[in-house]
Amino acid sequence: MTETLFLQFATAILFIPLISFLVLIFFGKKLSDKSAIVGSGLIGSTLLLSLIIFFSKINYFHNQTFEYTFTWVDFGYYDSKINLGIMIDNMTAIMLVVVTLVSFLVHLFSISYMKGDIRYSRYFAFLGIFSFSMLGIVLADNFFMIYVFWELVGLSSYLLIGHWYEKTSAANASKKAFIVNRVGDVGMFTGIMILWSTFGTLDFEKIFSLMSLGVIPFESTVWLTAAGLLIFCGAVGKSAQFPLHVWLPDAMEGPTPVSALIHAATMVAAGVYLIARVFPIFTADALIVIAYIGAITAFVSATIAIAQYDIKKVLAYSTVSQLGYMVMSLGVGGFTSGFFHLVTHAAFKAGLFLGSGSVIFAMHHVLHHHNDHHTDPQDIRNMGGLKNKMPITFWTFLIFTLAISGVPLTSGFLSKDDILAGTLAFSDLTGHTIIPIIAFTVAGMTAFYMFRVLILTFMGSHADSHRIDGIHESPWQMTTPLIIFAALSLFFFYSPNPTNASEGWFYSAVVRPETAVPENVSASSIESFEEAVHHNHGKAITLSLLIAGLGILISFATYYWKKISADKILNMFPKTFKFLNMKWYFDELYDKTVVWFTMTTAKVLAWFDFKIIDGLVNGTASVTKSTAFGSGKFDNVVVDGIVNLTAYTFGFFGLIIRTIQTGKVQTYLAFAIVGALMIFFFFN
Amino acid sequence: MTFTVSLNHFIFVSAILFSLGIYAVLTRRNAIMVLMGIELILNSANINFVAFSRYAGMDVNGHLAAIFVIFLAACEAAVALAIVLNIYKQFNTVNVDEVSTMKD
Amino acid sequence: MNNNFLNIGILTWMTFIPVVGMIAVLLVPKEQKTTIRWISLGATIVQLIFSVIIYTNFDRSLAGVNNAATMQFVERYSWIDIKSVEWFGRIHIEYFLGIDGISVPMVLLTALISFVAVLSSWSIEKSIKGYFALLLLLDTGMMGVFVSLDFFLFYVFWEIMLLPMYFLIGIWGGPRREYAAIKFFIYTLFGSVLMLLVLIALYFSVSIPDASTGELVHTFDMIAMMNPANYEANSLLFGLNTSWRYIAYVGLFIGFAIKVPIFPFHTWLPDAHVEAPTAISVILAGVLLKMGTYGLMRVAMPIFPDAAIYYLYPLAFLGFINIVYGALCAMAQTDFKKLIAYSSVSHMGIVLLGMAALNTQGMIGAMFQMFNHGTITAMLFLIVGVIYDRTHTRGLNDFGGLMNQMPKYSAIMVIAFFAALGLPGLSGFVSEVFSFLGAFQTFRWITIASTLGIVLTAGYMLWTLQRVFLGELPEKWKSLTDINNRELIMLVPLAIIVILLGVYPTPILDLMNASANELVDFIKGENNLTILGQ
Repeated sequence: MTETLFLQFATAILFIPLISFLVLIFFGKKLSDKSAIVGSGLIGSTLLLSLIIFFSKINYFHNQTFEYTFTWVDFGYYDSKINLGIMIDNMTAIMLVVVTLVSFLVHLFSISYMKGDIRYSRYFAFLGIFSFSMLGIVLADNFFMIYVFWELVGLSSYLLIGHWYEKTSAANASKKAFIVNRVGDVGMFTGIMILWSTFGTLDFEKIFSLMSLGVIPFESTVWLTAAGLLIFCGAVGKSAQFPLHVWLPDAMEGPTPVSALIHAATMVAAGVYLIARVFPIFTADALIVIAYIGAITAFVSATIAIAQYDIKKVLAYSTVSQLGYMVMSLGVGGFTSGFFHLVTHAAFKAGLFLGSGSVIFAMHHVLHHHNDHHTDPQDIRNMGGLKNKMPITFWTFLIFTLAISGVPLTSGFLSKDDILAGTLAFSDLTGHTIIPIIAFTVAGMTAFYMFRVLILTFMGSHADSHRIDGIHESPWQMTTPLIIFAALSLFFFYSPNPTNASEGWFYSAVVRPETAVPENVSASSIESFEEAVHHNHGKAITLSLLIAGLGILISFATYYWKKISADKILNMFPKTFKFLNMKWYFDELYDKTVVWFTMTTAKVLAWFDFKIIDGLVNGTASVTKSTAFGSGKFDNVVVDGIVNLTAYTFGFFGLIIRTIQTGKVQTYLAFAIVGALMIFFFFN
Repeated sequence: MTFTVSLNHFIFVSAILFSLGIYAVLTRRNAIMVLMGIELILNSANINFVAFSRYAGMDVNGHLAAIFVIFLAACEAAVALAIVLNIYKQFNTVNVDEVSTMKD
Repeated sequence: MNNNFLNIGILTWMTFIPVVGMIAVLLVPKEQKTTIRWISLGATIVQLIFSVIIYTNFDRSLAGVNNAATMQFVERYSWIDIKSVEWFGRIHIEYFLGIDGISVPMVLLTALISFVAVLSSWSIEKSIKGYFALLLLLDTGMMGVFVSLDFFLFYVFWEIMLLPMYFLIGIWGGPRREYAAIKFFIYTLFGSVLMLLVLIALYFSVSIPDASTGELVHTFDMIAMMNPANYEANSLLFGLNTSWRYIAYVGLFIGFAIKVPIFPFHTWLPDAHVEAPTAISVILAGVLLKMGTYGLMRVAMPIFPDAAIYYLYPLAFLGFINIVYGALCAMAQTDFKKLIAYSSVSHMGIVLLGMAALNTQGMIGAMFQMFNHGTITAMLFLIVGVIYDRTHTRGLNDFGGLMNQMPKYSAIMVIAFFAALGLPGLSGFVSEVFSFLGAFQTFRWITIASTLGIVLTAGYMLWTLQRVFLGELPEKWKSLTDINNRELIMLVPLAIIVILLGVYPTPILDLMNASANELVDFIKGENNLTILGQ
């Protein structure tokens, strides 16, 4: 592998999904069922290329960064240019594999899951553009390109969430996703504007190096913090962080494999990736805000997840919660662990979604078979006892659940444990003790609600015993991805030591970058943080094991052994349950405030425009018109009156004189003669 | 005693003719009669032309003028009669009092 | 560079080809409808071909703006020359055409949009002869505005364009066409009067030596007006930063603002758009609105750079109001055309903001936004026209689910909608981003406030998209047919331009780079720009 080969491969990886999109959009009708093969094949090839890049990068070019930049727009003078370019470092190489792998397996899974869909080929086309946009973010070496693909991800999510756009709820959800994301994007764009007006470039490397030389926006660290936080806004939108997390659960309106793609590898991962990518520009203040946002997100969504019955909703909120974890981890300074969790989470969350897809697929078919259109195939209360009917789905689902709960020997344990150690270290260094408290609470809650889903879905007895016979394991296209993801959820892919991730390749490949901000506003140094983490490692392991075990235990006690009655607890706190079940009323709150305010302002302004401004215009017109009318009257009566009076006067005399005009020739002649005589008489 | 015809006689005759003509023009209702009055007036003028020419010793200048007037009178009569004919066609009368409008 | 064709300059060809077409149309008996249509189309195609020639021959390195020597395709002849009238002096008006980077994109846009407009007028049946004759005359007026460098000539073309527009709206429009046409006409005329006053004031203030005799002659030459040295001492507009100059600038500004339209002079726009037939809406949004901002760039700002800088902050603020106010008003509309009309108000606000930035990115963004708004809004109006032709309603709430019924149509519509809301990869994004990037360096808070418009635009665009295209198809539209070939021919080239310029904007940016930079440098000049509103 040479540098050019790397870059060529990366370019190919970026554009092959786009080609897939174009081919399927234009020839989808002709290809019909074959479009799935085309799409999957093309994505499969990007997976191969990504693996090649990944292995050679990690093994042979460990410390090198490959970059290719070209000028996209040259503004002429003042040397201002906007560049586009791709770069490959270890983080990119890892993300490439994550994205293409998840994308490929989702393609594979969708082949049978989406069979018979009216827009089958278009679905695969949109998967293609989704992968393209995400890969663009991963490969970008500058803010402009990242922003471009950022928005394209928004578009792709819009298209896929709204795949069944005939349903109002799906159309609404896609719109909501796009607009909520836009809010975050605008923040990010404002951040980009600050950076551009300060540095005159948007390339990461140039900005970081200029910043380390002491150039900061408007010579003010407040603006520097603001720039960082505004960029972070983008991540808040895409990674569904509080308070912009509301779009993600609604996004479950899309087909389930799409949820897997969105939640595991694309879109939501983009936010975390962005924070990691631009990590050097964050000041200590910005990082604290990021940590708190992450913690709040993790906590809020974990509480909501407990009170949901829809299997996909639970998973959705668990995603939000885990994303909060990652963001929090990055915020506290646990760069590697946050990013590591992104990768491990990608595998087991994609697995969880595909597993739930497999269950829903089976439920849907059996319900369809029984002509039952009232029972919700996604409600876990309607499930149960699927363990024996769908063994592969069950066992893989179990592994994913163990992983997300942070049980040893899984990948989730490795990453989660390190995050928890990071939060402890952070509280030691800065005194924000609330962060580790939230982190550990959420860890327990996660174990609880994930096992709740597992138990209610697969164990016990089925809600309707007639139905259970009709349920079958899903076809191989659907189970293969599950098995692959299950394998990837185990520890040995990441570290030889199941209790310590830092011995694995990952921790040497992804290292927290040096900060670029001035020293007086930068967060605690890498060394001191590492030391604090090391110091807290043992404590974190013990505590997290205890808490996760407790969560699992309570879950089993409640839902399997029925020692604790869930109903009783619900009845004790009906309001709390309703509050959680209604997702803290965030949607209602936004509807009543932001949406209401915007719509009302819009209506008021439209009224203002129509009545007042246009009224003024029309008023001017009618004033002019009345003035014109008045002066017309004046003209008619007075001015013209004088004229007419003159005429009438003459007319009057004319009337008198007219009488001598008899029209008789002889009279005239007589006059003439008399006249002639008079002349003769007088002048003689 | 020789009775010589002097200029005064001619003028006298001419004046009578003229007065008759004027009278006819002013009082007759019939257009033809009016025309005839005009003829009388013209002829009275002719008499004057010839008489003055003779008595002032101006060769035939006066005669020529008279002949010219006679020509004109003929022309005028022709045109006038044509007009009268048309008036008759239009109004069914040649009474000049009834023909007082310029249009219908 | 050969800029002659049959010994007549290419710009004259560009401008008067439609008049030739018009005469030909008038000579054809009115029963031969097809012939009339094809003649009109032919005229615009010829114009389009000439515009391609201009595009390929245009020298990208020459800036123009305030330098007659670097103007291109120049044609300069004496037009009206009255030797010495008492107390008035000599009147000298020139036929002075020329283009630079500011006008070239507009010239291309006008040729393109006129072509599209003729195509979209194919289904017009009512007194077709008059319609096409007026349409072609309108074309001449627009083209003339963009190529003339003599202020008098500019004004003449500006007025020429009014008349056909009035009749086109007033005769071929919707139910309230007369109201709309009169409103449009009087509004614009009001602006023209102000412009005329300033024009006269400028004429008496500026004089240049005659080339042959050397005597000082008053002139309408815009480029001469840009040079402070040409102002006669003690004339009304002599000097810098005088109140007369501010007043003159405001007069010109209002004249142009009405065309843009800038809040609060915008209310003629929704009415005119709603009532106008599709093709006229397309021209109105595609070209006419740009004449306002073009006027600001070509005339108002370079002639009064001091006043332009003095009023920079209000300009940016008006840009902000246009963006947000237009977007909010658009959100509340239920009439498809009205919605797009208000979205135009919002999008033109971006042009103002970029212009007010007075730096490279902002100016290029503004100029590029003018071009892009022309193509994108033209597409949007054509899209409305297509369903209006089929359903005779524009109520957003009457529709739904057209996506499945009209797939090709929907695909194009998605491109247009996303271009309008500024999606990367489509041209609207590029100009929007450049304008904002530029504006932020000059007006920090106003720009941050204006970004609100980005969210609002996404909101109303997607909401509209949902109301019209997503959801269930109402029973009554089950028989709608998809877009036909003629409609495809007019929409697809626009869509391709929108995508191409979104991915690679350089072909157009190249044209205006030099001029935009020159314009910025020239306006800033020695007056050091004081950045307000930080």
